[in-house]
Amino acid sequence: MNPLTHLRSRTAVLAHENIDTDRIIPARFLTTTEREGLGRHAFNDWRYRDDGSADPAFALNQPNAQGCEILVAGRGFGCGSSREHAPWALLDYGLRAVLSSEIADIFRSNALKNGLLAITLNAAEHRYLLAHPGIELAIDIAAGTIELPDGGRFRFELDAFSRHCLLEGVDQLGFLHRHEAQIAAFETRREACA
Amino acid sequence: MSTNPRTLLDKLWDAHQVVAETEAMPGVMYVDLHLVHEVTSPQAFAELRRRNLPVRHPQRVLATLDHSTPTTPRDDLGQHIYASAEAAAQVAQLEENCMQSGIELHGWSSDHRGIVHVIGPELGATQPGMTIVCGDSHTSTHGAFGALAFGIGTTEVGHVLATQCLLQRKPKNFAIHVTGRLAAGVTAKDLALHLTGKIGVNGGIGHVFEYRGSAIEALTMEERMTLCNMSIEAGARAGLIAPDETTFAWLQERPRAPRGKQWLRALEDWRALASDDGASYDRELHLDAAEVRATISYGTHPGMVIALHAPVPAAKDAQERRALDYMQVQAGEPMTGMAVDLVFLGSCTNSRLGDLRAAAELLRDRRIAHGLRMLVVPGSVAVQRAAEAEGLDRVFRAAGAEWREPGCSMCIAMNGDLAQPGQLVVSTSNRNFEGRQGPGVRTVLASPLVAAASALAGCIADPRDVTMAGVSMTTEEQAA
Repeated sequence: MNPLTHLRSRTAVLAHENIDTDRIIPARFLTTTEREGLGRHAFNDWRYRDDGSADPAFALNQPNAQGCEILVAGRGFGCGSSREHAPWALLDYGLRAVLSSEIADIFRSNALKNGLLAITLNAAEHRYLLAHPGIELAIDIAAGTIELPDGGRFRFELDAFSRHCLLEGVDQLGFLHRHEAQIAAFETRREACA
Repeated sequence: MSTNPRTLLDKLWDAHQVVAETEAMPGVMYVDLHLVHEVTSPQAFAELRRRNLPVRHPQRVLATLDHSTPTTPRDDLGQHIYASAEAAAQVAQLEENCMQSGIELHGWSSDHRGIVHVIGPELGATQPGMTIVCGDSHTSTHGAFGALAFGIGTTEVGHVLATQCLLQRKPKNFAIHVTGRLAAGVTAKDLALHLTGKIGVNGGIGHVFEYRGSAIEALTMEERMTLCNMSIEAGARAGLIAPDETTFAWLQERPRAPRGKQWLRALEDWRALASDDGASYDRELHLDAAEVRATISYGTHPGMVIALHAPVPAAKDAQERRALDYMQVQAGEPMTGMAVDLVFLGSCTNSRLGDLRAAAELLRDRRIAHGLRMLVVPGSVAVQRAAEAEGLDRVFRAAGAEWREPGCSMCIAMNGDLAQPGQLVVSTSNRNFEGRQGPGVRTVLASPLVAAASALAGCIADPRDVTMAGVSMTTEEQAA
C-alpha cells in the first residue's frame, strides 16, 4: 500500500443514503480472480444506460466531477456485503477518499486496508459538504483536518493505527507477522488445554 | 482478564485475545475456523503466493463452492453450465488453491457442498465458543451457536490464511431482549425483518447483537440461524445467541462435533459461555415477540419493512420517494395483492430443511399461479437429499416450481439465476438493494410462508388465506 499523507481535490457528491456495496460494484462483476480493473464497473448500474453509454444524469458522469478524488456520500455508505471489490473498484476508478456521516464497518475496514481514506464527519459538516459539491478540500491525515476553500476547517477522527498505516503505507500482514512469537505461544497454550 | 460479570461477547473476546488492544494498536484475535468460498478468496491466495507464504493451518480452513456455481443440472456431457467462463475459472481457481494448500474443499463431488453458512453448522464445524470468519458478511449466521462470527474482506482473508489471526478492535455489546412468544405463522424471518426495521440499517454499526430472552430460547437452531444471519442488515458486526440444550442437541453426532469424553468436556465449556447475571451492555432493546406480525420489505434496503397488510408509509424524503418509485409501490396502499413475477425460496437466510418444509406444506396439492416462476434452491446437498427423502422435491415440482441444485443463486444473482428488469420478486433472501437480483429487479423480502402463499396467489399474499381456502385446484391442474 502506498503512503497517503495529504490529499487535495475537488469533491464529487452522491447524496443518496445507504449506498450499498451492490450499488458500488454489482455482484455480477465479482467473478474475477484479480483485484485490478474493477474501476470501469464502479457504480455500474447508475453510471451506464442500457445501451452501455454513460448516463449524463449520474452525478459522477458530469463534467465537474471528472478527476475528483474525494467522494462525499450520503449517510450509511458501504452497507451490505463484505466484498473488498467495493474499495478496489473505487480506487481503480480514481477515488482516494470517501466522506460520510456514517460508514459501514466492513467497508471502512476494507477501505483503510487499501489506502482508501474513509472518514466520518458530524451531521452538520456532512450536510455542508453535501450542499457544496465541487469545492476543493485539503485533507491532512496526520493532523486529522479537512481544510475548506474559505479557510474553514473540519477535524476528523481516525483511529491511531489506521492513521499510522495510511501515513506509512504499513503492510498489515507484515505487522501481524511481527507477533509470531505471541501467536505461537497462544497456540501452545490452547493445545495444552485441549 | 476481568472478574466482573461478563457478556457472551466479552468471554469469546477474552478467550481469543493473542495480544490485547491498546489506544494505539488494535488487538490480535485468534481465529478458530476460517470459511472460504470462491468469490472473496482468489486474491488472498494470490497474495500469499506472491509473498511465498504457506497457509498456516489448513485444518482450520473449510472451503466450498456456492456463489458462482450454477443451480441447473449438468448438461448431456456431464458439464456444469456456468454463467461465464470467468465464473468457471473462479471455481477452478479455488479447487487448485485448496489442493495446493491442503484445505478441505466441499466441491462438486462432495456430499456436503452448499452455501458456506449452511454447511458449516451442518458439518458440526461451527461450534459454541469459537471465533469464525469468512469473506462474506452473512458469517453472522454462525453466531446462532454462541460463536463470534463475522464477515471480513479479502485482505483479511489473506491475514487469516497466513497467520490464523486478525487485527481487531472489540465491538460494543448490544442486547436485544425478546420476551413472549411469536404468534402462529410468524417466523424468525419476520422477527429479523421487524428488528431491522426497528434498529435501522445502520443502527448496529460497531456493535455485536446478543439476542436474549424467552422468545429466543424457544427458537429452533434453524430459526436462530435465520435471525443471526440478518444481524448484518442492521449494520451489526455479528449476532450472538448463548448456546443451550437446543444447540447441543442439534450439534451432537454431527461429523465434526466432539465425541465421547471430549463431548462431555465441550458441554461443560459451552455451558459457561452464557452472559453472566449483571453483565452490562452498551445498548439494549426490548421487544415483545407477540407484537411481531408477518413482515415484508417495501423499499430498497432491509430496514424498509412493514407488516404484511400494513400500508406503505409515506416517503419522508427524496431518498424514500426514489425507493417507492423504484419499487412501484404507492404510499398509503398495502403491498398485498401486488402482482408477483418470480418467487425465490433459498439463500443462507432461508434454505434449510425447516424452511423448505414450511413452504412445501402450503404448496402441497396446489399449483403456483399461471405465468409465475418459482425457484426452490436448497442450501446444501444434505438439505437437498433430506428434502428429497421426504418427497418435498415432488411437492415443489408438482406445484409447478423449479427444484434446483444447491447454492446462493438469486440471493446474489451472480451465477446466472436472476430476474428481468422491472420484475417483482418475492424472495426469502436477505437484501433488497436496487439491482441485487438483476438490474432493475424489484425485490420484496419475506418469510418462506409468505413466499409460498404469494407463489400460489400470483400476488403478495397472506399464508393464512391459503390455509383457510383449503385445497384449491386451479384450472390448469384440473386439465392436466
